[in-house]
Amino acid sequence: MSENLTLVQAVRDGLHDGMAEDDDVLVMGEDVGQNGGVFRATEGLYEEFGDDRVIDTPLAESGIIGSAVGMAAYGLKPVPEIQFSGFMYPGFDQVVSHMSRLRTRSRGRFTLPMVLRAPMGGGIRAPEHHSESKEAFYAHEAGLKVAMPSTPYDAKGMLIASIRDPDPVVFLEPKKIYRAFREDVPDDPYEVELGDAAVRTEGEDVSVFTWGAMTQPTVEAAENLDRIDVEVVDLRSLSPIDFDTIIESFKKTGRAAIVHEAPNTGGLGAEITATIQEEALLYQEAPVERITGFDVPFPLAALEDYYLPEPARIAAGIEEAFDF
Amino acid sequence: MTETIHRAPDDTYRVLDENGELVDGAEVPDLTDDELVEMYRYMKLARRFDERAVSLQRQGRIGTYPPLSGQEGAQIASAMALADDDWIVPSYREHGASLVRGLPLKDTLLYWMGDERGNAIPAEENIFTVAVPIASQIPHATGMGWASQLKDESDTAFMCYFGDGATSEGDFHEGLNFAGVYDTPNVFFCNNNQWAISVPREQQTATDTLAQKAAAYGFEGVQVDGMDPLAVYQVAHDAIEKAKDPDEDEMRPTLIEAVQYRFGAHTTADDPSVYREESEVEAWKDKDPIPRLETFLVETDRLDDAAIESIEADIEDAVADAIEAAEETPRPDPASMFENVYAEMPQRLEQQLEYFQSIRDEYGDEALLED
Ligand SMILES: Cc1ncc(C[n+]2csc(CCOP(=O)(O)OP(=O)(O)O)c2C)c(N)n1
Ligand SMILES: [Mg+2]
Repeated sequence: MSENLTLVQAVRDGLHDGMAEDDDVLVMGEDVGQNGGVFRATEGLYEEFGDDRVIDTPLAESGIIGSAVGMAAYGLKPVPEIQFSGFMYPGFDQVVSHMSRLRTRSRGRFTLPMVLRAPMGGGIRAPEHHSESKEAFYAHEAGLKVAMPSTPYDAKGMLIASIRDPDPVVFLEPKKIYRAFREDVPDDPYEVELGDAAVRTEGEDVSVFTWGAMTQPTVEAAENLDRIDVEVVDLRSLSPIDFDTIIESFKKTGRAAIVHEAPNTGGLGAEITATIQEEALLYQEAPVERITGFDVPFPLAALEDYYLPEPARIAAGIEEAFDF
Repeated sequence: MTETIHRAPDDTYRVLDENGELVDGAEVPDLTDDELVEMYRYMKLARRFDERAVSLQRQGRIGTYPPLSGQEGAQIASAMALADDDWIVPSYREHGASLVRGLPLKDTLLYWMGDERGNAIPAEENIFTVAVPIASQIPHATGMGWASQLKDESDTAFMCYFGDGATSEGDFHEGLNFAGVYDTPNVFFCNNNQWAISVPREQQTATDTLAQKAAAYGFEGVQVDGMDPLAVYQVAHDAIEKAKDPDEDEMRPTLIEAVQYRFGAHTTADDPSVYREESEVEAWKDKDPIPRLETFLVETDRLDDAAIESIEADIEDAVADAIEAAEETPRPDPASMFENVYAEMPQRLEQQLEYFQSIRDEYGDEALLED
């Protein structure tokens, strides 16, 4: 049995099933309880599982993440929500100094089966600090896994895989596509393996690597480019990254473009480009194109469309890689 | 030593009761009749602006907007207690306080329309830029007060606004602790509107009051009826005086907990019916600061129907003018997002700007916009 769900409903479904199958799983954060989350990602969970397992915390991200670390070390499986990824930073010390490396520091004595969820990214005309894409911060941090689904099916499957994972996962949800489209999502719990990319469109000419809310406009750009046979790879997992799939695709096409909404400098596009150089230099026919956000603070809503890569800019980059 | 500041943290200071009558033994603050009427006018203006802004959002003419209705008394009266050289360091809801301090309503609208120019505070106004990350402005206010002392100024106070939820953040603790340690000229003004989105004040902290938290930092914390503008004015005034010129055994900083209520939604993106009862809202509406002050002013012959009517006409125009000015402002130049990132644009950014302009030339702005 399956249901036709939006991405945010699929997240909710994944949380629900994760909680239903394991009593140690709990959800905590700001406004996740009675309010059901500001995006309704926890809707109905408070009513079903009660206030011991769906916890409205005080407004304090370090408290949320730090106490989740303590809970996880003591045997629970907390799934803290940070209301917007832009409000992670009061808790960033906990993420970087503890969540990522408790396993290492304690030589395996204390491990953290926890999932830190946060809506991220631009495109919904949100106020200041609500729209950034900072996935590279987390991917930069050894010991963390980083997931970013781009479809309802993946959202549920990756969330369940994350909850069951013995290591801490930062689960970033592109809120622009929270309600953009629906997809059949199985009722029963299932896993979409972390670290496994998905080829969204197969092609022979140019490989385009992307993730999150950029997947849709990239597929659209690829479809508009009649003369170029584009392969679109949705990475889904940003740590670990599925380099096997990336390299395999690149060896086939010899040309690549990378699309992310995060700023260009230090973005994951650089990591992918470098790995292509290391692993497949002799296959390379053109410089790797990066189509990204700019190296400026994410602008307020009136200009956000200009900041975000969209099909025209993406297509131009793909053509650049093809025509070189 | 003023009794408004030196009192038990749960001994809420009041001047007007809910019906606009003077509380037994209370004194009217030392304000001229004109200033009292001005206070009323500002509160009405803030309320009317708020109503219009919410409806503009509903019509898609501005973006997400955080209403202040119910909180006018706290905002207007506290800001009026400041001297020209003093500063406010606001959160995102202080449109009323900023209005008193000289921020044009048009700028407030531009900001919530997603136009960065709304964030550019006019150079002559002592208003710090809005802070959206909760409590993050509190250490800034402390730092500004501290800097003013290091620069040997002695007559500037720094009023920092934040909500009840903000008191749970680490920045609240760190900001107030520094203020105590360095004895900075700050007033920490907590707009306790009972809710942090859906989380009620009781779930935010196990203490009886927010005011009592000041004890941990070594300075005074007091509660004031935040829907009683005259009480707010007096307490803010006395705290500002103390910040500038404390008695020998006094500390400069004060934490003021202004007890009040958010009548509307947290923001226009929020639906409060999911988490609170309408009856609670109605009960708090009995304390509405505007009719309270109005009754007081009318009964003490400072205001009459004709004056109220003319104020209402006047604010209607002021709000309409602000909306018109904001809506007639040409859209921001897309290339402006590259400006003001650094004093001097680095080469790499210059290249990105060049590329951006070439894309615009080639495809046209229409192609870059979401439909
Ligand atoms: C650091 C941080 N965490 C979360 C948020 C999201 N958020 C915006 S307003 C708000 C509630 C704030 O409550 P309070 O401090 O009482 O101020 P109020 O909005 O009631 O004026 C939350 C959780 C944020 N802006 N910043
Ligand atoms: Mg509040």
